[in-house]
Amino acid sequence: MPPYVLPDRFDRWFAARGWAPRPHQLALCEAAAAGRSVLLVAPTGGGKTLAGFLPSLIELAGRPGSRRARRLHTLYVSPLKALAVDIARNLEAPVAEMGLDIRLETRTGDTPAARRARQRTAPPDLLLTTPEQLALLIAHRDAPSLFGALHAVIVDELHALTGSKRGDLLSLGLARLRALRPELRMIGLSATVANPARLARHLDRTERVSIIRGPGGAPPRVSILDSAERVPWAGHSARHALGEILAAVRQARTALIFVNTRSQAEMIFQELWRSNEDNLPIALHHGSLAAGQRRKVEAAMVRGELRAVVCTSTLDLGIDWGAVDLVIQIGAPKGIARLLQRIGRANHRMDEPSRALLVPANRFEVLECRAALDALDENLIEDEAPRAGALDALAQHVLGMAVAGTVGVDALYAEVRTAEPYAGLERATFDRVVDFVATGGYALRSYEQYRRMRVMADGTLRITHPRVARQYRLNVGTIVEEPMVKVKLRRGRVLGEVEEYFIEQLAPGDTFLFAGEVLRFLGLREMQAEVSRTSGGEPKIPAYAGGKFPLSTFLAERVRRMLATPALQRGLPRQVRDWLALQRWRSLLPPADHLLVETFPRARRHYMVAYPFEGRLAHQTLGMLLTRRMERFGYHPLGFVANEYAVAVWSLDPPDRIAELLDQDMLGDDLEAWMAESSLLKRSFRNVALVAGLIERRHPGQEKSGRQVTFSSDLIYDVLRRHEPDHVLMQATWAEAARGLLDLGRLAAMLARVRDRIVWRRLDRISPLAVPVMLEIGREPVQGAARDALLEEAADELYAEAARLV
Amino acid sequence: MLVNGTRLVPDPSGALWWPEARCLVLADLHLEKGSALARRGALLPPYDSRASLLRLDRLIARFQPARVICLGDTFHDADASGRLGREETARLAQMVAATEWHWILGNHDPHPPPGLGGMPSQVLRLGPLVFRHEPAGEAQAGEIAGHLHPKAAIRVRGRRLTGRAFLTDGMRLVMPAFGSYAGGLCALDPAFRSIFRHGFHAWIAGERRVVPVGSNRLEAFGSGTAILSSDLARP
Repeated sequence: MPPYVLPDRFDRWFAARGWAPRPHQLALCEAAAAGRSVLLVAPTGGGKTLAGFLPSLIELAGRPGSRRARRLHTLYVSPLKALAVDIARNLEAPVAEMGLDIRLETRTGDTPAARRARQRTAPPDLLLTTPEQLALLIAHRDAPSLFGALHAVIVDELHALTGSKRGDLLSLGLARLRALRPELRMIGLSATVANPARLARHLDRTERVSIIRGPGGAPPRVSILDSAERVPWAGHSARHALGEILAAVRQARTALIFVNTRSQAEMIFQELWRSNEDNLPIALHHGSLAAGQRRKVEAAMVRGELRAVVCTSTLDLGIDWGAVDLVIQIGAPKGIARLLQRIGRANHRMDEPSRALLVPANRFEVLECRAALDALDENLIEDEAPRAGALDALAQHVLGMAVAGTVGVDALYAEVRTAEPYAGLERATFDRVVDFVATGGYALRSYEQYRRMRVMADGTLRITHPRVARQYRLNVGTIVEEPMVKVKLRRGRVLGEVEEYFIEQLAPGDTFLFAGEVLRFLGLREMQAEVSRTSGGEPKIPAYAGGKFPLSTFLAERVRRMLATPALQRGLPRQVRDWLALQRWRSLLPPADHLLVETFPRARRHYMVAYPFEGRLAHQTLGMLLTRRMERFGYHPLGFVANEYAVAVWSLDPPDRIAELLDQDMLGDDLEAWMAESSLLKRSFRNVALVAGLIERRHPGQEKSGRQVTFSSDLIYDVLRRHEPDHVLMQATWAEAARGLLDLGRLAAMLARVRDRIVWRRLDRISPLAVPVMLEIGREPVQGAARDALLEEAADELYAEAARLV
Repeated sequence: MLVNGTRLVPDPSGALWWPEARCLVLADLHLEKGSALARRGALLPPYDSRASLLRLDRLIARFQPARVICLGDTFHDADASGRLGREETARLAQMVAATEWHWILGNHDPHPPPGLGGMPSQVLRLGPLVFRHEPAGEAQAGEIAGHLHPKAAIRVRGRRLTGRAFLTDGMRLVMPAFGSYAGGLCALDPAFRSIFRHGFHAWIAGERRVVPVGSNRLEAFGSGTAILSSDLARP
């Protein structure tokens, strides 16, 4: 077969700019011309987006006569609306330069209603949008005609849109588009992933998707900061390395400084400015800052006015900034894929390597950074385990389909199963979800007369009242924000938003870091946190809640291997090697396939420290379960702490049945008993209830509708758990908690792996390896069971006063 | 807890026990709130009435009261008693028949529930105490009221605890809501400030105990119109 040749007009355009079409761009055009779906895997900077659009541009350029009524030709879906807007702007240049008669528009939450309505009746050729907008479009009665002539769907950053509820909803939307338009071509664009074949199935699992790999580009140059300072035992502040970070910024043109949490971003930003003697322009960017302020930072970045931006995952994805030539990652990367994504933000030119500097904040993080770097050298990346699609996301989709009112319930089931996350969905489960959407799905069938949706005589699903469509549109999407509170200067402007739970921790008079300033909390007034600026004094920073992202299984395994293999420790800094040597002398370095458990007395208590390296969430769950079992075994446990690498439990009596304590059977009755009395599931339930449409989102302005008695999802949870614990939403809640909050899968795998492989060291004092986790003691919040005890403590203190008044 | 010189026992369930009169007092059950919301499109679990009545059943078994007083808003709306399931209706009727039962009428249920028995009234005076649904504008010694669903929050060792609360200044008392779906209003809301002009104690319900805390020690929480806790200290 002759190689694919671009049409003349396109060839000339490339030539005029001094470019040549890249092989992967041509391969993609060729596959598209043959009507095949494609997944393009390439690092950033490889002309990936243009490659995705080229086939559509070519088809549209060759379209005869322009007077005819136009229909939507290509739909582009991006995880970020800013990205959709930016891509549209970038596409306008080639379209104009080639003189193509093509209309392209964006559609996001910010698009005016009039234009959105017009986009349905007179659609552009190319529409660039987000997953939520796609859900709204297909939930419309006229979706069949809108998408009836659709040729192609391009999903950008596909890797970032899988493995989440948002990805679930998108995959259901894509399934709908395929049903409306069977000849549709799918194009997925993705960064490097471990398993492209599986990712391709997210695009289309009904037929084979061709996988095209872009050029690898120059390998990144990544190093770990070998600090001359003493690396701390614990903590995440990286204060010790600030001078060295500033020095690196000084040598770069523009640096992106990534951290893992917002509070960390605030802290680093503050500290950098404190020692920024050259007044380098350094900015701050994270999700809590007011949108206007973030846009300002981004604009300054585009104009090349900044030398560094301290940022969180808000800048993991996004538009290209040519000037960035250095990425600094503060704290451990937690996973290779995330690290690669961040490194790729430096230098979007293919031929030059990206430069990155990893700054571990404590000694364990040094190990983690080293393990990540070794994996990068070997071109390895973690393969995230596939997960079943969430039932609450499915419920939302089912309601959307009833709003559209054009799909039969049997056809919908068949269609849903073509979406990769729901390939294994059983009919009985699907029917329960449908029943939930219609009547709430309760065993006590008391809401028949209030049903929101019914199956018509011809089998189609329809809503019963226009109000249901309004509710659906207002609540679409799977991103559930924590309840937020605006931070506002007294008699001044709004600085941004923080999570309500954070404000709840503050007492009037407390100071905290926000938007790069030290603020004093004055109080809550009408859902706004009033603050004043303050100078001097240490701000009260919230206890670091750990990385938002748990340590990946893959990276954990490599850290374990490094500890077990002396040869792999050679690349470590001297102070870390000394620490490990001391551990080897005092106790033992954890062997690769074994679980090291140490016990030792300290201050009249007995400590047990285990080192599973399975991430904070799994360790917290383990700690909860261990304390329950120790109670039963009569050791009188007093508390526990967990970090990413280890868990420590302390008790009045020394534990001696270690293997029994760590038996897999803890995931049976102990887990159930704990869940029954824990309030942990309530958080998951709230998310599930919002996404599934059981309760509505709060919309801006709604709070102000007078004095209202708040209605909490906790109350619903309590009632449902007691009276219908098998309800489909409880099932969805459990699935979400097991995966998210508890990380049960990982804990179970670990317990199975170390069965009969527990190495117990009985020590007379704390071991060097135990120091970091022991330092966490006192930072953990008190668990639910202690509630009454705390209340009583308050009571004792206040009882005298109470007696006087009453 | 003393109100107008009468010893009262707040229960962690949200009910109030008056030992001397063997009287059990409940505020704001809001029965059938679930189905009322379902009618407007929020299909919440239909077990709220059952759950509330089950808790009430247990309280009656425990205290063996001679009298029960429901402080109004027992039913979430005017036709709620008609929507109550057959089993729940029978259970409630049985409870009403077994004791001297008083229905104080509330803004949600201005008429007594038909066919359930019991004695309806707007205001009920028993010895030193006056029972009504909504706290009166004028301070009244011995007033026991509901309507406002108070909840309170306190910080202990850096951790915030919230719970349903009985608010009292020794003269009058505002009871928390008993109903399963009846949310709460922050005890620092201005609504309470006008009732207790000189501060109050919040008896916060824990799992097994009810604990008194001075109003100057409470924290504002949640949505609606929470106010600065320091405002409360001002005259």
